[in-house]
Amino acid sequence: MRARLSDYSLRSAASLAEALELLAAEPGRWRPLAGGTDLMVVLESGSLQHREYLSLWNLDELRGIDVTEQEVVIGASTTYTDVLGHETLRAEFPLICQAAAETGGVATQNRGTLGGNIANASPAADTPPALIAYDAELDLVSTRGTRRVAYARFHTGYKEMDLRPDELIRAIRLPRPRGRWRQWYRKVGTRRAQAISKVCFAGRLKVSDGLAEDVRLGFASVAPTVVRAIHAEDSVRGRPLDAKSIAAARASLARDLSPIDDDRSTARYRLRIAGNLLEMFLTQGLEGDSNRQGWVST
Amino acid sequence: MSDPVQVRCRVNGTSMVLSGHPMARLLDVLREQLHLTGTREGCGEGECGACAVLVDGRLVNSCLFPLLHAEGTAITTIEGLEQGGRLHPVQEAFVAHGGAQCGICTPGMVLAAVALLAERPNPTADDIRVALAGNLCRCTGYIRIFESIVRAAQAQAGPA
Amino acid sequence: MPSIGHSIPRREGRAKVTGRARYVDDLALPGMLFGTTVRSPVPRGRIRRIEYGAGVPWPEFTIVSARDIPGVNHVALITDDQPWLADGQVNHAEEPILLLAHPDRELVEHARRQITVHVDPLPPVLTIEDSLARREIIWGDDNLFKAFEVKRGDVDAGFAGADVIVEGEYETGAQEQLYIEPNGMLALADAVEGVTVWGSLQCPYYVHRALVELFALPGDKVRVVQMETGGGFGGKEEYPSILAGHAALLAWKSGRPVKMIYDRAEDMAATTKRHPSRTRHRTGVTSDGRLTAMDIDYVIDGGAYCTLSPVVLSRGTIHAAGPYSCPNVRIRGRAVATNVPPHGAFRGFGAPQSLFALERHMDRVAAAIGLAPDEFRRRNFIRTGDTSAVGQVMRESIDVAALLDRALDASDYHARRAAFAAIPAGARVRKGIGLAAFMHGAGFTGSGEDHLASVAAVEATADGRVRILTSNTEIGQGTNTIFTQIASDALALSPDLVEIVQPDTSLVPNSGPTVASRTCMVVGKLVESAALGIRRTLEGAGLLGESYSAADFERACAEYVRRRGPLRATARYHPPEGVRWDDERYEGDAYGTYAWAVYVAEVSVDTATFEVHVDDFVAVQEIGKVIHPVLAAGQIEGGVAQGIGWALSEEVVWRDGRMANAQMTNYIIPTALDVPTIRVFFEERPYAHGPAGAKGIGELPMDGPAPAIVNAVAQATGADLRRIPLTPERLMEALDEERVGVLHP
Repeated sequence: MRARLSDYSLRSAASLAEALELLAAEPGRWRPLAGGTDLMVVLESGSLQHREYLSLWNLDELRGIDVTEQEVVIGASTTYTDVLGHETLRAEFPLICQAAAETGGVATQNRGTLGGNIANASPAADTPPALIAYDAELDLVSTRGTRRVAYARFHTGYKEMDLRPDELIRAIRLPRPRGRWRQWYRKVGTRRAQAISKVCFAGRLKVSDGLAEDVRLGFASVAPTVVRAIHAEDSVRGRPLDAKSIAAARASLARDLSPIDDDRSTARYRLRIAGNLLEMFLTQGLEGDSNRQGWVST
Repeated sequence: MSDPVQVRCRVNGTSMVLSGHPMARLLDVLREQLHLTGTREGCGEGECGACAVLVDGRLVNSCLFPLLHAEGTAITTIEGLEQGGRLHPVQEAFVAHGGAQCGICTPGMVLAAVALLAERPNPTADDIRVALAGNLCRCTGYIRIFESIVRAAQAQAGPA
Repeated sequence: MPSIGHSIPRREGRAKVTGRARYVDDLALPGMLFGTTVRSPVPRGRIRRIEYGAGVPWPEFTIVSARDIPGVNHVALITDDQPWLADGQVNHAEEPILLLAHPDRELVEHARRQITVHVDPLPPVLTIEDSLARREIIWGDDNLFKAFEVKRGDVDAGFAGADVIVEGEYETGAQEQLYIEPNGMLALADAVEGVTVWGSLQCPYYVHRALVELFALPGDKVRVVQMETGGGFGGKEEYPSILAGHAALLAWKSGRPVKMIYDRAEDMAATTKRHPSRTRHRTGVTSDGRLTAMDIDYVIDGGAYCTLSPVVLSRGTIHAAGPYSCPNVRIRGRAVATNVPPHGAFRGFGAPQSLFALERHMDRVAAAIGLAPDEFRRRNFIRTGDTSAVGQVMRESIDVAALLDRALDASDYHARRAAFAAIPAGARVRKGIGLAAFMHGAGFTGSGEDHLASVAAVEATADGRVRILTSNTEIGQGTNTIFTQIASDALALSPDLVEIVQPDTSLVPNSGPTVASRTCMVVGKLVESAALGIRRTLEGAGLLGESYSAADFERACAEYVRRRGPLRATARYHPPEGVRWDDERYEGDAYGTYAWAVYVAEVSVDTATFEVHVDDFVAVQEIGKVIHPVLAAGQIEGGVAQGIGWALSEEVVWRDGRMANAQMTNYIIPTALDVPTIRVFFEERPYAHGPAGAKGIGELPMDGPAPAIVNAVAQATGADLRRIPLTPERLMEALDEERVGVLHP
């Protein structure tokens, strides 16, 4: 433990309303802490810069998974374990479940939350590529009311996001998919569990009459933020899924992604693997892959 | 900056009030206030699982668990598994089948296995690997730990 | 009923599964201070000034510098070069400079961060190549801690008689032991009572000797107690002496108990790791696959101070020619200095490095002459009566070919190899199978055991209980249990009547360190002899017949103790008849005996991600009598898992001489999802000088996995792979180079 606890404070609020009041009274003073699985690591390493935290763990308003005809609304404090146990999510959003299953070990899944993961804003986070693939939106709440933002536009730079100091992530909204989509999630780390990804991919593709009618491509660990590969999507959307469009999509990744060399991997490896995963996804070349869960053949 | 908080919870079946900084690690509170030193620190980064305990029956890493979050919970540490001097079947199996070597990962590993068997009394080989994936062991290569858990599941199921 | 050969419950197993086992961090003494270490921020330089930051109540702190050392400022080991605390000059990043202690643990850490050490940097040497090139002289006259040269026959003539000559260079990286319990020590010290330390350690008498010199105290004023130890693998062989010295220096100066427990980051960054290595092979072979010459140049990176590098080098050099017979061999071994934290003991101790190079090279030689890897090896295995590279005539019964047969059979090697070769070259997932043959010498190298002259003791109490006294430590590998089995069988008693005395230098004799696969074979034999001594003594006193019950034994002990006082038997090591080693000529019986093995790994390689997964693993070994089947298999499985990590994922990322990935999150060891099924098979050829015929086992399983795995990946990909860890990034680069090679010859 390299931190001095007396430098820090952690408090809770009786209700979401009280929590929002606290945040509004002195914007920027309190920062939220959910399951603690990210922040406590930084605390222990002695590098936690901000000092005052507001625990959201006890706020029931941030829990629960609601299913309506149009969408599934996941409370921000929903844990990975809760996600894995939810039938609708397993049936309709298998990429999110796959991501949850590959986040840390059981102990982390029991405490880590989707909202905390989003707000931690790690470019290497496991679930966000899947959120991008499913067109997730976020409900951001403050004493001034609620606003909704598309998750794909939420992260604005390394560890920067469209979240004001008095706002909390209340929920993640997932529109329920219509029609048949090909979908695949693949996390590449150096080991099969407890890995921080070197490349992480989530994709969804709707094919009709041989054309790529629609496509979503989310990546992690290949840019300062989790990214949606817009240019690659554009290279295939509305076009036949042939060698030419697939090659174009792969080439477009160079514009969508900006990987770096760091202690975990190299830019060269990351870009190559991102391209390989994209190609595997578009060509359905998944034979023998360690993760075929979530795959819907079309 | 925070004043100490008083946290009411049950630890190994006993109701108690724990006092400390709200951001204190449950790990330190268990070890230093309650002298439950069977919960070990292996990494302090939530990676190795040596500090794992059960909170309301679920496995958590106590090094990442702020004391404040213990309010109203029931915590089980390795010391709480024995019943009337009798080892839990998972503990028995670890002794008999080579599941423990140096012993430092063992409490967390045993609790991970207990949590698994509570949910899946007849786990598959894959279930076992997935359930232990957050608990690192450097001695055994995991093989005897898998074996111990299979044997414990059989023992819990009763004589065939 | 004898217990040897049966898997009795681990003696301290109950304490471990209930959490009652006591590790050093579980201890607390009244008035205890917490200690920490201020370390060098740079790899090499002159310390100009130490700045104590504001806002810290410095007068409350105990601060120890090199000036406070009562005895001599070097850690007693092999060469007197490593200071306890840097004095003027620093030679590696993380080198200890100051020690701090305070009752408030958080404040100690805070204070450490408020100290700035200003260093005038000097150019560091950070690689083997730079050290050999003597870009800077950083140690002695030539940067060499030690060099060996082994010569057998005439290599030039051997190459002249070869049909094919194959060359290759191989590299292995540093590897962190990553025991799950970090290093820790608790110390009490004052001028009257002397020094006592309790800690996580493998070798109580190494620590003892180091403290005696540090404080210039008589031996009986220093006491070292081993607590339950959460893994060692060599990482708690020599390093704990330093931590014990530091804790004791703080205790000495403060007059209070001092506890020092490294956190994971400090343990990874500052303590020892496996020596990185670079090995060059040049091998002559006839077209029918007979070795005619082996010329081997083996270099290891010792880091900034000598520590154990000469002996690591020695073991690596002797194992460099592997389990093969070749008439002409030259092995040059060198250990060089660099400005990184000293590398040290880690399971295998130099042999895994040189055997990785050899066993990878053997596959390449086999390919060059068109022989299958197994067949080429089979034609060259050393046999009983052959002479090794260092001139050891192999008198023990050896049959490596039988191990090979069993491994090929268990792994279905030929059928799998053929099936994998038939996978189309364009397939995304490729498969391969690879093997490695190797041996590991048990006990200290050469005359090491003679110099140690270990002593073990066994006592019998008046109530018929037996106590084993050795300085050999239980670190998870099963010392307590196998010693119990050995003594109880020697005395024909139930294991329940035997207890192990906690290693404490005030109580136990010096039976040597817990290293070098020596505990079972060498010290176990002493325990057996001492236990038999108790029996003979009681027989000689007319108190015990040839066969007896536990009650008879108890009566005999009670009577003996009543008449003559305490009943204790000791045994001292004597080299077995005919085992001779010449230190000067570096020649002779390098080890009394060897364990032999053939390992086979099967892998999948995903060429889209360059991930390698080990799908199946077969480990066949001959280790003499297996004392405890479950513990023995556990040793092999654990070693194989460490070998998988070393081969594929465990990369120490160096930046300016510091470990940049000193976190468990970023230093990647195998999880429960990464290990394959490991199938372990034992052959037993009893060794006359081991207890019940047992040999050493602990290090052996570290030697084979890496070459077997990389050979399998080479089959799967067709790539010529020479460097580990073979991370996905490195495999990608290697495959790219091959592809370029094809396109642009």
